[in-house]
Amino acid sequence: MIEFFERGEAVHNPVVLWALASLFVILIGATIIVNYLHSRGGSGEFDEVVQRLRTWWLIIVLLSSAILLSSNASLVFFALISFLGLKEFLTLAPTRRVDRNVLFYIYLSIPVQYMWAALEWYGMFIIFVPVYLFLFVPLRMVLGGNTTNFLKAAGVLHWGVMTTVFSLSHLAFLLMLPATESNPYGSGPALVLYVIILTQLNDVAQFIWGKTFGSRRVVPSVSPNKTWEGLLGGVLTTTTLAVVLSIWMTPMSLFQAVFAGLGIGIFGFVGDVCVSAVKRDLGIKDTSQMLPGHGGVLDRVDSLTYTAPLFFHYVYYFCY
Amino acid sequence: MLGKIARFFFFNFFIRPMVFLYLGVNIRRSFLLPKKGPAILVANHNSHLDTVVLMIACPRSLFSHLRPVAAADYWLKGPLLTWFSTHVLNIVPIHRKKEDRPEGSDPLDSIGKALDEGSAVIFFPEGSRGEPEQMTSFKRGIAILAERHPDVPVVPVYFQGLGRALPRGEGLLVPFLCDMYVGEHLYWSGDEEEFMKRLVRRFESLSREGYKPQWE
Repeated sequence: MIEFFERGEAVHNPVVLWALASLFVILIGATIIVNYLHSRGGSGEFDEVVQRLRTWWLIIVLLSSAILLSSNASLVFFALISFLGLKEFLTLAPTRRVDRNVLFYIYLSIPVQYMWAALEWYGMFIIFVPVYLFLFVPLRMVLGGNTTNFLKAAGVLHWGVMTTVFSLSHLAFLLMLPATESNPYGSGPALVLYVIILTQLNDVAQFIWGKTFGSRRVVPSVSPNKTWEGLLGGVLTTTTLAVVLSIWMTPMSLFQAVFAGLGIGIFGFVGDVCVSAVKRDLGIKDTSQMLPGHGGVLDRVDSLTYTAPLFFHYVYYFCY
Repeated sequence: MLGKIARFFFFNFFIRPMVFLYLGVNIRRSFLLPKKGPAILVANHNSHLDTVVLMIACPRSLFSHLRPVAAADYWLKGPLLTWFSTHVLNIVPIHRKKEDRPEGSDPLDSIGKALDEGSAVIFFPEGSRGEPEQMTSFKRGIAILAERHPDVPVVPVYFQGLGRALPRGEGLLVPFLCDMYVGEHLYWSGDEEEFMKRLVRRFESLSREGYKPQWE
Protein backbone atom coordinates (compact mmCIF):
# COMPACT_ATOMS: atom_id res chain seq x y z
CA MET A 1 0.00 0.00 0.00
CA ILE A 2 1.15 3.52 -0.75
CA GLU A 3 2.18 5.64 2.19
CA PHE A 4 -0.32 8.50 2.32
CA PHE A 5 0.19 10.11 5.66
CA GLU A 6 0.31 13.63 4.33
CA ARG A 7 -2.89 15.45 3.37
CA GLY A 8 -2.01 15.31 -0.29
CA GLU A 9 -4.20 16.63 -3.06
CA ALA A 10 -7.75 15.36 -3.10
CA VAL A 11 -7.55 14.54 -6.79
CA HIS A 12 -4.99 11.79 -6.03
CA ASN A 13 -7.08 10.27 -3.26
CA PRO A 14 -9.07 7.30 -4.66
CA VAL A 15 -11.54 7.39 -1.77
CA VAL A 16 -12.44 11.00 -2.57
CA LEU A 17 -12.83 10.15 -6.25
CA TRP A 18 -15.04 7.17 -5.45
CA ALA A 19 -17.18 9.23 -3.08
CA LEU A 20 -17.68 11.98 -5.66
CA ALA A 21 -18.38 9.44 -8.40
CA SER A 22 -21.01 7.80 -6.17
CA LEU A 23 -22.63 11.17 -5.60
CA PHE A 24 -22.97 11.66 -9.34
CA VAL A 25 -24.36 8.15 -9.79
CA ILE A 26 -26.98 8.91 -7.13
CA LEU A 27 -27.76 12.25 -8.78
CA ILE A 28 -28.15 10.69 -12.22
CA GLY A 29 -30.35 7.95 -10.77
CA ALA A 30 -32.50 10.47 -8.92
CA THR A 31 -32.79 12.62 -12.05
CA ILE A 32 -33.97 9.67 -14.14
CA ILE A 33 -36.54 8.62 -11.53
CA VAL A 34 -37.83 12.14 -10.92
CA ASN A 35 -38.06 12.92 -14.65
CA TYR A 36 -39.92 9.65 -15.21
CA LEU A 37 -42.41 10.38 -12.42
CA HIS A 38 -42.68 13.98 -13.57
CA SER A 39 -43.50 13.03 -17.18
CA ARG A 40 -46.12 10.54 -15.97
CA GLY A 41 -47.72 12.58 -13.20
CA GLY A 42 -46.82 16.16 -14.12
CA SER A 43 -48.42 17.41 -10.94
CA GLY A 44 -47.46 20.72 -9.33
CA GLU A 45 -45.88 19.05 -6.34
CA PHE A 46 -43.22 17.49 -8.53
CA ASP A 47 -42.17 20.82 -10.03
CA GLU A 48 -40.46 21.68 -6.77
CA VAL A 49 -38.70 18.31 -6.61
CA VAL A 50 -37.40 18.82 -10.17
CA GLN A 51 -36.21 22.30 -9.24
CA ARG A 52 -34.64 21.03 -6.04
CA LEU A 53 -32.79 18.31 -7.91
CA ARG A 54 -31.51 20.81 -10.45
CA THR A 55 -30.10 22.88 -7.61
CA TRP A 56 -28.51 19.73 -6.13
CA TRP A 57 -26.68 19.29 -9.42
CA LEU A 58 -25.31 22.80 -9.15
CA ILE A 59 -24.26 22.32 -5.52
CA ILE A 60 -22.55 18.99 -6.14
CA VAL A 61 -20.79 20.16 -9.30
CA LEU A 62 -19.46 23.21 -7.46
CA LEU A 63 -18.45 21.21 -4.39
CA SER A 64 -16.66 18.51 -6.41
CA SER A 65 -14.85 21.07 -8.55
CA ALA A 66 -13.67 22.95 -5.48
CA ILE A 67 -12.53 19.76 -3.70
CA LEU A 68 -10.72 18.40 -6.75
CA LEU A 69 -9.14 21.70 -7.77
CA SER A 70 -7.11 22.33 -4.62
CA SER A 71 -7.43 22.76 -0.89
CA ASN A 72 -7.32 26.54 -1.37
CA ALA A 73 -10.21 26.39 -3.83
CA SER A 74 -12.16 24.36 -1.27
CA LEU A 75 -11.43 26.93 1.44
CA VAL A 76 -12.67 29.71 -0.85
CA PHE A 77 -15.81 27.67 -1.56
CA PHE A 78 -16.54 27.18 2.15
CA ALA A 79 -15.76 30.83 2.87
CA LEU A 80 -18.25 31.79 0.18
CA ILE A 81 -20.90 29.62 1.84
CA SER A 82 -20.18 31.37 5.14
CA PHE A 83 -20.48 34.75 3.40
CA LEU A 84 -23.81 33.89 1.78
CA GLY A 85 -25.16 32.35 4.99
CA LEU A 86 -24.10 35.34 7.08
CA LYS A 87 -25.56 37.74 4.52
CA GLU A 88 -28.89 35.94 4.63
CA PHE A 89 -28.84 35.98 8.42
CA LEU A 90 -27.95 39.67 8.74
CA THR A 91 -30.53 40.58 6.10
CA LEU A 92 -33.34 38.87 8.00
CA ALA A 93 -32.33 39.47 11.60
CA PRO A 94 -33.07 42.78 13.27
CA THR A 95 -29.97 45.00 13.13
CA ARG A 96 -29.35 48.63 14.03
CA ARG A 97 -28.33 51.38 11.68
CA VAL A 98 -25.65 52.48 14.11
CA ASP A 99 -24.04 49.01 13.84
CA ARG A 100 -23.40 49.17 10.10
CA ASN A 101 -19.66 49.39 10.79
CA VAL A 102 -19.80 46.42 13.15
CA LEU A 103 -21.56 44.39 10.47
CA PHE A 104 -18.77 45.21 8.07
CA TYR A 105 -16.13 43.96 10.55
CA ILE A 106 -18.12 40.79 11.04
CA TYR A 107 -18.02 40.17 7.29
CA LEU A 108 -14.27 40.80 7.37
CA SER A 109 -13.91 38.04 9.97
CA ILE A 110 -14.73 35.47 7.26
CA PRO A 111 -11.49 35.76 5.24
CA VAL A 112 -9.51 36.02 8.48
CA GLN A 113 -11.10 32.92 10.01
CA TYR A 114 -10.55 30.87 6.83
CA MET A 115 -6.99 32.14 6.66
CA TRP A 116 -6.25 30.54 10.04
CA ALA A 117 -7.50 27.28 8.57
CA ALA A 118 -5.34 27.72 5.47
CA LEU A 119 -2.32 28.37 7.71
CA GLU A 120 -3.30 25.33 9.83
CA TRP A 121 -2.90 27.53 12.90
CA TYR A 122 -5.27 25.61 15.16
CA GLY A 123 -4.85 27.73 18.29
CA MET A 124 -5.84 30.91 16.49
CA PHE A 125 -8.56 29.22 14.44
CA ILE A 126 -10.33 27.98 17.55
CA ILE A 127 -10.23 31.22 19.59
CA PHE A 128 -10.43 33.96 16.98
CA VAL A 129 -14.25 34.15 16.80
CA PRO A 130 -15.27 33.03 20.31
CA VAL A 131 -12.64 35.18 22.07
CA TYR A 132 -11.30 38.03 19.97
CA LEU A 133 -14.31 38.76 17.78
CA PHE A 134 -16.63 38.15 20.73
CA LEU A 135 -14.85 40.86 22.68
CA PHE A 136 -14.36 43.19 19.74
CA VAL A 137 -18.02 43.38 18.66
CA PRO A 138 -19.39 45.00 21.86
CA LEU A 139 -16.34 47.27 22.01
CA ARG A 140 -17.03 48.59 18.52
CA MET A 141 -20.74 48.84 19.33
CA VAL A 142 -20.03 50.98 22.38
CA LEU A 143 -18.08 53.38 20.19
CA GLY A 144 -21.31 53.84 18.21
CA GLY A 145 -22.75 55.32 21.38
CA ASN A 146 -26.31 54.03 21.10
CA THR A 147 -27.56 51.85 23.96
CA THR A 148 -31.09 51.23 22.69
CA ASN A 149 -31.45 47.49 22.06
CA PHE A 150 -27.72 47.08 22.71
CA LEU A 151 -27.98 43.64 24.27
CA LYS A 152 -30.39 42.35 21.64
CA ALA A 153 -28.17 43.62 18.82
CA ALA A 154 -25.02 42.12 20.34
CA GLY A 155 -26.80 38.79 20.77
CA VAL A 156 -28.00 38.77 17.16
CA LEU A 157 -24.52 39.53 15.82
CA HIS A 158 -22.80 36.95 18.03
CA TRP A 159 -25.25 34.19 17.18
CA GLY A 160 -24.99 34.97 13.48
CA VAL A 161 -21.22 34.93 13.37
CA MET A 162 -20.91 31.82 15.54
CA THR A 163 -23.22 29.74 13.36
CA THR A 164 -22.37 30.94 9.88
CA VAL A 165 -18.66 31.71 10.29
CA PHE A 166 -17.23 29.82 13.26
CA SER A 167 -19.27 26.63 13.00
CA LEU A 168 -19.10 26.27 9.22
CA SER A 169 -15.40 27.11 9.10
CA HIS A 170 -14.78 23.79 10.88
CA LEU A 171 -15.26 22.23 7.45
CA ALA A 172 -12.18 24.19 6.39
CA PHE A 173 -10.03 22.96 9.25
CA LEU A 174 -11.34 19.44 8.80
CA LEU A 175 -10.12 19.65 5.22
CA MET A 176 -6.59 20.37 6.42
CA LEU A 177 -6.33 17.25 8.60
CA PRO A 178 -3.77 14.66 7.42
CA ALA A 179 -4.37 10.93 7.15
CA THR A 180 -3.32 8.72 10.04
CA GLU A 181 -1.70 5.27 10.29
CA SER A 182 -5.08 3.57 10.48
CA ASN A 183 -6.25 4.71 7.02
CA PRO A 184 -3.92 6.25 4.42
CA TYR A 185 -6.85 7.78 2.54
CA GLY A 186 -8.96 9.03 5.43
CA SER A 187 -7.52 12.54 5.23
CA GLY A 188 -9.18 15.97 5.21
CA PRO A 189 -11.02 15.93 1.88
CA ALA A 190 -12.48 12.48 2.61
CA LEU A 191 -13.57 13.60 6.10
CA VAL A 192 -15.20 16.73 4.69
CA LEU A 193 -17.15 14.69 2.15
CA TYR A 194 -18.03 12.18 4.88
CA VAL A 195 -19.65 14.75 7.16
CA ILE A 196 -21.33 16.67 4.31
CA ILE A 197 -22.75 13.55 2.63
CA LEU A 198 -24.00 12.08 5.91
CA THR A 199 -25.53 15.37 7.07
CA GLN A 200 -27.36 15.97 3.82
CA LEU A 201 -28.48 12.34 3.46
CA ASN A 202 -29.64 12.49 7.06
CA ASP A 203 -31.93 15.39 6.11
CA VAL A 204 -33.29 13.43 3.16
CA ALA A 205 -33.64 10.20 5.20
CA GLN A 206 -35.49 11.97 8.03
CA PHE A 207 -37.78 13.57 5.47
CA ILE A 208 -38.57 10.25 3.74
CA TRP A 209 -39.03 8.28 6.98
CA GLY A 210 -41.21 11.07 8.32
CA LYS A 211 -43.33 11.22 5.17
CA THR A 212 -43.82 7.47 5.17
CA PHE A 213 -44.34 6.59 8.83
CA GLY A 214 -44.47 9.89 10.68
CA SER A 215 -47.24 10.66 13.14
CA ARG A 216 -45.87 11.79 16.51
CA ARG A 217 -44.38 15.27 16.37
CA VAL A 218 -41.10 16.12 18.10
CA VAL A 219 -41.30 19.91 18.35
CA PRO A 220 -44.73 20.88 16.95
CA SER A 221 -44.37 24.55 17.89
CA VAL A 222 -41.09 24.92 15.98
CA SER A 223 -41.27 22.55 13.05
CA PRO A 224 -44.61 20.76 12.66
CA ASN A 225 -43.32 18.37 9.98
CA LYS A 226 -40.64 16.78 12.16
CA THR A 227 -41.75 13.49 13.66
CA TRP A 228 -40.18 10.95 16.02
CA GLU A 229 -40.54 8.31 13.31
CA GLY A 230 -38.63 10.49 10.86
CA LEU A 231 -35.96 11.33 13.41
CA LEU A 232 -35.42 7.71 14.50
CA GLY A 233 -35.50 6.32 10.98
CA GLY A 234 -33.12 9.03 9.84
CA VAL A 235 -30.69 8.52 12.68
CA LEU A 236 -30.63 4.74 12.12
CA THR A 237 -30.10 5.15 8.37
CA THR A 238 -27.37 7.72 8.94
CA THR A 239 -25.62 5.60 11.57
CA THR A 240 -25.63 2.53 9.33
CA LEU A 241 -24.20 4.51 6.46
CA ALA A 242 -21.71 6.26 8.78
CA VAL A 243 -20.31 2.90 9.89
CA VAL A 244 -20.03 1.55 6.35
CA LEU A 245 -18.46 4.70 4.88
CA SER A 246 -16.09 5.15 7.81
CA ILE A 247 -14.11 2.09 6.70
CA TRP A 248 -12.83 3.95 3.63
CA MET A 249 -13.33 7.60 4.40
CA THR A 250 -12.17 8.09 8.01
CA PRO A 251 -9.49 7.05 10.48
CA MET A 252 -12.20 6.03 12.99
CA SER A 253 -12.77 2.54 14.32
CA LEU A 254 -16.18 0.97 13.69
CA PHE A 255 -17.11 1.57 17.33
CA GLN A 256 -16.20 5.25 17.01
CA ALA A 257 -18.12 5.49 13.75
CA VAL A 258 -21.33 4.32 15.44
CA PHE A 259 -21.26 7.34 17.71
CA ALA A 260 -20.19 9.66 14.89
CA GLY A 261 -23.25 8.49 12.93
CA LEU A 262 -25.58 8.88 15.92
CA GLY A 263 -24.16 12.36 16.52
CA ILE A 264 -24.55 13.48 12.91
CA GLY A 265 -28.12 12.12 12.83
CA ILE A 266 -29.25 13.70 16.09
CA PHE A 267 -27.40 17.00 15.87
CA GLY A 268 -28.18 17.46 12.19
CA PHE A 269 -31.79 17.46 13.35
CA VAL A 270 -30.97 19.98 16.10
CA GLY A 271 -29.25 22.35 13.64
CA ASP A 272 -32.25 22.11 11.35
CA VAL A 273 -34.81 22.97 14.04
CA CYS A 274 -32.63 25.77 15.46
CA VAL A 275 -32.68 27.57 12.11
CA SER A 276 -36.40 26.76 11.87
CA ALA A 277 -36.91 28.41 15.26
CA VAL A 278 -35.13 31.56 14.05
CA LYS A 279 -37.26 31.64 10.90
CA ARG A 280 -40.43 31.15 12.93
CA ASP A 281 -39.37 33.90 15.28
CA LEU A 282 -38.91 36.28 12.35
CA GLY A 283 -42.08 35.07 10.62
CA ILE A 284 -40.49 33.86 7.38
CA LYS A 285 -40.45 30.57 5.50
CA ASP A 286 -37.10 30.56 3.67
CA THR A 287 -33.90 32.45 4.42
CA SER A 288 -33.72 33.61 0.77
CA GLN A 289 -34.53 32.41 -2.76
CA MET A 290 -30.93 31.84 -3.78
CA LEU A 291 -31.27 28.07 -4.24
CA PRO A 292 -34.47 27.32 -6.22
CA GLY A 293 -36.41 24.48 -4.58
CA HIS A 294 -34.38 24.70 -1.36
CA GLY A 295 -34.78 28.30 -0.25
CA GLY A 296 -31.65 30.02 0.96
CA VAL A 297 -28.10 28.88 1.60
CA LEU A 298 -28.81 28.92 5.32
CA ASP A 299 -31.76 26.56 4.76
CA ARG A 300 -29.36 24.12 3.11
CA VAL A 301 -26.49 24.30 5.63
CA ASP A 302 -28.61 24.57 8.79
CA SER A 303 -27.79 21.00 9.90
CA LEU A 304 -24.11 21.49 9.07
CA THR A 305 -23.85 24.37 11.54
CA TYR A 306 -24.15 21.69 14.23
CA THR A 307 -22.61 18.62 12.63
CA ALA A 308 -19.47 20.26 11.17
CA PRO A 309 -18.00 21.53 14.46
CA LEU A 310 -19.19 18.52 16.47
CA PHE A 311 -17.83 15.96 14.02
CA PHE A 312 -14.57 17.87 13.72
CA HIS A 313 -13.95 17.88 17.46
CA TYR A 314 -14.99 14.25 17.76
CA VAL A 315 -12.50 13.11 15.14
CA TYR A 316 -9.85 15.54 16.33
CA TYR A 317 -10.09 14.25 19.90
CA PHE A 318 -10.13 10.54 19.18
CA CYS A 319 -7.92 10.22 16.09
CA TYR A 320 -5.35 13.04 16.23
CA MET B 1 -15.99 57.71 -27.10
CA LEU B 2 -14.11 57.86 -23.80
CA GLY B 3 -17.46 58.29 -22.07
CA LYS B 4 -18.86 55.16 -23.73
CA ILE B 5 -15.83 53.09 -22.68
CA ALA B 6 -16.04 54.44 -19.14
CA ARG B 7 -19.76 53.66 -19.06
CA PHE B 8 -19.14 50.09 -20.22
CA PHE B 9 -16.40 49.43 -17.67
CA PHE B 10 -18.17 51.17 -14.83
CA PHE B 11 -21.34 49.13 -15.22
CA ASN B 12 -19.92 45.75 -16.26
CA PHE B 13 -16.78 45.55 -14.14
CA PHE B 14 -17.71 47.56 -11.10
CA ILE B 15 -21.47 47.81 -10.63
CA ARG B 16 -22.46 44.37 -11.89
CA PRO B 17 -20.12 42.33 -9.62
CA MET B 18 -20.85 44.66 -6.72
CA VAL B 19 -24.60 44.31 -7.08
CA PHE B 20 -24.82 40.60 -7.80
CA LEU B 21 -21.84 39.15 -5.85
CA TYR B 22 -21.16 41.52 -3.00
CA LEU B 23 -24.76 42.55 -2.34
CA GLY B 24 -27.15 40.14 -4.02
CA VAL B 25 -30.27 41.68 -5.54
CA ASN B 26 -33.29 39.51 -6.14
CA ILE B 27 -35.32 40.85 -9.08
CA ARG B 28 -39.00 39.82 -9.18
CA ARG B 29 -40.86 39.96 -12.49
CA SER B 30 -37.97 41.36 -14.54
CA PHE B 31 -40.04 40.50 -17.64
CA LEU B 32 -42.18 43.55 -16.85
CA LEU B 33 -39.22 45.84 -17.50
CA PRO B 34 -39.63 47.50 -20.92
CA LYS B 35 -37.46 46.24 -23.77
CA LYS B 36 -37.39 49.53 -25.63
CA GLY B 37 -37.99 53.21 -25.02
CA PRO B 38 -39.68 55.50 -24.50
CA ALA B 39 -40.68 54.56 -20.98
CA ILE B 40 -40.84 56.16 -17.54
CA LEU B 41 -39.31 53.92 -14.86
CA VAL B 42 -40.57 55.09 -11.49
CA ALA B 43 -38.85 53.94 -8.30
CA ASN B 44 -38.73 54.69 -4.59
CA HIS B 45 -35.47 56.34 -3.62
CA ASN B 46 -33.34 55.47 -0.60
CA SER B 47 -29.82 55.13 -1.90
CA HIS B 48 -27.49 56.01 -4.75
CA LEU B 49 -27.61 52.30 -5.51
CA ASP B 50 -31.24 52.56 -6.70
CA THR B 51 -30.26 54.15 -10.00
CA VAL B 52 -27.39 51.83 -10.92
CA VAL B 53 -29.19 48.66 -9.81
CA LEU B 54 -32.19 49.57 -11.93
CA MET B 55 -29.91 50.32 -14.88
CA ILE B 56 -28.18 46.92 -14.87
CA ALA B 57 -31.46 45.15 -14.14
CA CYS B 58 -32.94 46.44 -17.41
CA PRO B 59 -32.71 44.39 -20.62
CA ARG B 60 -29.53 44.97 -22.62
CA SER B 61 -31.55 46.35 -25.54
CA LEU B 62 -32.73 49.17 -23.32
CA PHE B 63 -29.43 49.94 -21.59
CA SER B 64 -28.12 52.53 -24.07
CA HIS B 65 -31.46 54.38 -23.90
CA LEU B 66 -31.54 54.59 -20.10
CA ARG B 67 -31.31 58.05 -18.61
CA PRO B 68 -31.75 58.72 -14.90
CA VAL B 69 -33.39 62.00 -14.04
CA ALA B 70 -31.11 63.73 -11.54
CA ALA B 71 -30.91 67.02 -9.71
CA ALA B 72 -28.54 69.43 -11.45
CA ASP B 73 -27.58 71.11 -8.17
CA TYR B 74 -26.18 67.78 -6.90
CA TRP B 75 -24.92 65.93 -9.97
CA LEU B 76 -23.50 68.83 -11.97
CA LYS B 77 -21.22 70.11 -9.20
CA GLY B 78 -17.61 70.39 -10.31
CA PRO B 79 -16.09 69.28 -13.62
CA LEU B 80 -15.32 65.67 -12.64
CA LEU B 81 -18.77 64.82 -11.28
CA THR B 82 -20.36 66.64 -14.21
CA TRP B 83 -18.37 64.54 -16.68
CA PHE B 84 -19.31 61.35 -14.80
CA SER B 85 -23.01 62.29 -14.63
CA THR B 86 -23.19 63.28 -18.27
CA HIS B 87 -21.13 60.54 -19.90
CA VAL B 88 -21.22 57.53 -17.59
CA LEU B 89 -24.68 57.85 -16.06
CA ASN B 90 -26.07 59.90 -18.95
CA ILE B 91 -28.43 61.81 -16.66
CA VAL B 92 -31.29 64.10 -17.60
CA PRO B 93 -30.49 67.08 -15.38
CA ILE B 94 -33.38 68.93 -13.79
CA HIS B 95 -33.24 72.17 -11.86
CA ARG B 96 -35.10 71.75 -8.62
CA LYS B 97 -34.92 75.41 -7.58
CA LYS B 98 -36.77 78.09 -9.52
CA GLU B 99 -33.86 80.58 -9.41
CA ASP B 100 -31.59 78.06 -11.23
CA ARG B 101 -33.91 77.82 -14.21
CA PRO B 102 -34.12 80.19 -17.16
CA GLU B 103 -37.09 82.54 -16.89
CA GLY B 104 -40.39 80.87 -17.77
CA SER B 105 -38.97 77.41 -18.39
CA ASP B 106 -40.39 74.20 -16.99
CA PRO B 107 -38.25 71.74 -14.96
CA LEU B 108 -39.84 68.80 -16.75
CA ASP B 109 -39.07 70.06 -20.26
CA SER B 110 -35.71 68.25 -20.41
CA ILE B 111 -37.39 64.97 -19.46
CA GLY B 112 -40.02 65.44 -22.14
CA LYS B 113 -37.31 65.98 -24.70
CA ALA B 114 -35.50 62.81 -23.62
CA LEU B 115 -38.75 60.82 -23.94
CA ASP B 116 -39.36 62.25 -27.40
CA GLU B 117 -35.90 60.96 -28.35
CA GLY B 118 -36.96 57.46 -27.30
CA SER B 119 -35.15 57.35 -23.98
CA ALA B 120 -36.29 55.36 -20.97
CA VAL B 121 -36.03 57.79 -18.09
CA ILE B 122 -35.58 56.77 -14.47
CA PHE B 123 -37.66 58.99 -12.23
CA PHE B 124 -37.80 59.17 -8.45
CA PRO B 125 -41.11 60.81 -7.55
CA GLU B 126 -40.11 61.24 -3.89
CA GLY B 127 -37.68 63.89 -5.11
CA SER B 128 -34.85 62.89 -2.77
CA ARG B 129 -33.42 59.84 -0.99
CA GLY B 130 -34.68 60.85 2.44
CA GLU B 131 -34.44 58.57 5.45
CA PRO B 132 -33.28 55.03 4.63
CA GLU B 133 -35.97 52.40 4.10
CA GLN B 134 -38.82 54.88 4.43
CA MET B 135 -40.98 55.94 1.54
CA THR B 136 -42.13 59.56 1.56
CA SER B 137 -45.05 61.03 -0.38
CA PHE B 138 -44.75 61.35 -4.15
CA LYS B 139 -44.49 64.76 -5.75
CA ARG B 140 -46.96 65.54 -8.55
CA GLY B 141 -44.27 65.91 -11.24
CA ILE B 142 -44.79 62.32 -12.30
CA ALA B 143 -48.48 62.96 -13.01
CA ILE B 144 -47.66 65.99 -15.15
CA LEU B 145 -45.10 63.94 -17.04
CA ALA B 146 -47.58 61.12 -17.62
CA GLU B 147 -50.21 63.60 -18.80
CA ARG B 148 -47.84 65.07 -21.37
CA HIS B 149 -46.89 61.59 -22.61
CA PRO B 150 -50.11 59.55 -22.34
CA ASP B 151 -48.83 56.76 -24.61
CA VAL B 152 -45.58 56.20 -22.65
CA PRO B 153 -45.79 53.39 -20.06
CA VAL B 154 -45.06 54.23 -16.43
CA VAL B 155 -43.25 51.23 -14.88
CA PRO B 156 -43.28 51.11 -11.07
CA VAL B 157 -40.21 49.58 -9.41
CA TYR B 158 -39.99 49.08 -5.66
CA PHE B 159 -36.61 48.65 -3.95
CA GLN B 160 -36.11 47.19 -0.52
CA GLY B 161 -32.84 46.89 1.37
CA LEU B 162 -30.59 49.14 -0.69
CA GLY B 163 -31.15 51.87 1.85
CA ARG B 164 -29.57 49.61 4.46
CA ALA B 165 -26.62 48.72 2.24
CA LEU B 166 -25.79 52.32 1.39
CA PRO B 167 -27.97 54.93 3.11
CA ARG B 168 -27.70 58.62 2.42
CA GLY B 169 -24.63 60.22 3.91
CA GLU B 170 -22.63 56.99 4.33
CA GLY B 171 -19.67 55.84 2.29
CA LEU B 172 -19.34 52.28 3.59
CA LEU B 173 -21.20 49.70 1.53
CA VAL B 174 -22.35 46.87 3.82
CA PRO B 175 -23.63 43.65 2.18
CA PHE B 176 -27.34 42.97 2.53
CA LEU B 177 -29.57 40.92 0.29
CA CYS B 178 -31.89 43.35 -1.48
CA ASP B 179 -35.14 43.02 -3.38
CA MET B 180 -36.42 44.72 -6.47
CA TYR B 181 -40.11 44.32 -7.33
CA VAL B 182 -41.35 45.36 -10.76
CA GLY B 183 -45.05 46.18 -11.02
CA GLU B 184 -47.61 46.28 -13.85
CA HIS B 185 -47.35 49.26 -16.21
CA LEU B 186 -49.56 52.32 -15.72
CA TYR B 187 -50.82 54.86 -18.26
CA TRP B 188 -52.24 58.33 -17.90
CA SER B 189 -55.98 58.12 -17.40
CA GLY B 190 -57.07 61.73 -17.66
CA ASP B 191 -57.25 62.68 -14.01
CA GLU B 192 -54.26 63.69 -11.91
CA GLU B 193 -55.63 62.73 -8.52
CA GLU B 194 -56.78 59.37 -9.75
CA PHE B 195 -53.43 58.69 -11.45
CA MET B 196 -51.43 59.53 -8.30
CA LYS B 197 -53.74 57.34 -6.21
CA ARG B 198 -53.24 54.42 -8.58
CA LEU B 199 -49.47 54.87 -8.58
CA VAL B 200 -49.24 55.09 -4.80
CA ARG B 201 -51.51 52.08 -4.38
CA ARG B 202 -49.31 50.08 -6.75
CA PHE B 203 -46.24 50.94 -4.70
CA GLU B 204 -48.01 50.05 -1.50
CA SER B 205 -48.91 46.63 -2.80
CA LEU B 206 -45.35 46.08 -4.09
CA SER B 207 -43.95 47.09 -0.70
CA ARG B 208 -46.12 44.50 1.05
CA GLU B 209 -44.78 41.62 -1.06
CA GLY B 210 -41.55 40.92 0.77
CA TYR B 211 -40.41 40.45 4.33
CA LYS B 212 -39.39 43.72 5.94
CA PRO B 213 -36.70 43.23 8.55
CA GLN B 214 -36.54 45.38 11.63
CA TRP B 215 -33.95 48.12 11.26
CA GLU B 216 -33.74 51.25 13.34
